[in-house]
Amino acid sequence: MGAVIETNELKKTYGRQEAVKGLNLAVQDGSVCAFLGQNGAGKSSTIKMLLGMIHPTSGTGSIFGHKIDNERESLLIRQQVAFVAEDKRLYDHMTVAEILRFTRSFFPNWDGDFERQLLDRFELPLDRRVRQLSKGMRTKLALLLGFARGCRLLILDEPTEGLDPVAIEDVLQIVVSLAAQGTTIFFSSHQIAEVEQVADHVLMIDRGKLVLDAPMDQVKEQYRHIQAVFPEPVDERDFRLPGIERVQLEGRTVSLISSRNLDLIMEHIRMLRAGNIDVLPISLKEIFLEKVKARS
Amino acid sequence: MFRKPNASSGVPIYVQLKEQIRHAIETGSLAAGDQLPGIRGLAENLVINPNTVIKVYRELENEGVLEIRHGLGAFVATRRGRSKPEEMRDAQQLVREFVVMLKDQGLNAGEIRRLFEAELITEFQRR
Repeated sequence: MGAVIETNELKKTYGRQEAVKGLNLAVQDGSVCAFLGQNGAGKSSTIKMLLGMIHPTSGTGSIFGHKIDNERESLLIRQQVAFVAEDKRLYDHMTVAEILRFTRSFFPNWDGDFERQLLDRFELPLDRRVRQLSKGMRTKLALLLGFARGCRLLILDEPTEGLDPVAIEDVLQIVVSLAAQGTTIFFSSHQIAEVEQVADHVLMIDRGKLVLDAPMDQVKEQYRHIQAVFPEPVDERDFRLPGIERVQLEGRTVSLISSRNLDLIMEHIRMLRAGNIDVLPISLKEIFLEKVKARS
Repeated sequence: MFRKPNASSGVPIYVQLKEQIRHAIETGSLAAGDQLPGIRGLAENLVINPNTVIKVYRELENEGVLEIRHGLGAFVATRRGRSKPEEMRDAQQLVREFVVMLKDQGLNAGEIRRLFEAELITEFQRR
């Protein structure tokens, strides 16, 4: 396995505002990688830089080894990457059949069978104009145009926004199926539940900086809320251990958030003679809120 | 046969799926030699990451619960029992005791090694 997407100190500033502040990320081949962050955290700016739609202010990045800020190489990237934008912009005057024929003509690896399967599954009316489609149908059409391209990498910006739960499950199932065939998927989302379901790696960005970069299983196994009661008052300094993200003291009670090294941390707490120790799992949603709150 | 794991629980999905497979074998709904669903099929059915299914099958293979037959898929192991690491640990203990015994009888390392190698060759060439 190697990295399909890589960035090194990638930065983007708009005037005086820093949207992306030195991003170092790597998306591994064959992974389903979720990209989480609040609105305005820098997700879309990052994706746009990756696809050569805007230029980085500084730093570098590559997809399939091609440099993102080199015009010729960026073209190679766009031939191998299917991108579905957040706004699902489509040619409004075309019918569904026309936009399919039009898009198909650009992509030599277009998967016709898959296109027919998806048309059927999404129940898209071939003769209707894009302008007259509902928001949900528009999203489904935009996704179909991305999915059927037969690309090795799919970048999806908020793929399920505006879809009903049944359609969301459909889309996730397609994502899983493409991943099983070796497609790498990089997607941003606000729907943390769906991220937990299908992603094997999580990247979290806040105010232009990466605040979490970990395999999903590690997040599930190592992020814990630990509460311990000690016989004597303890000091915050007693809890400066790698893997302890946050310490809260209230007299003899300590609340900790761990992100790794769970075994060592537990051993350490027992060594400090904690009487009662409670360890609770933390959901990805809580981690997200924690990460965002911690920096505000 | 398998239920969708609960993605929002604190338990990783791969742990939940492993438990389900183990449970299916314990209750007899999967018997020795039965084939498990393909990676893609199971991932699609449960709407979970295919790498998770791969991880589960691999770990259960290491634990001796499943057998992966290349190109064919995953099967419930016919010889259920101790896992490979456990077997190796026990075997190591046996070898350790045996070596100590030979050493106590006055044999040196080179002699013990030669005897072992000679036995290994006869034993494995006979097959």
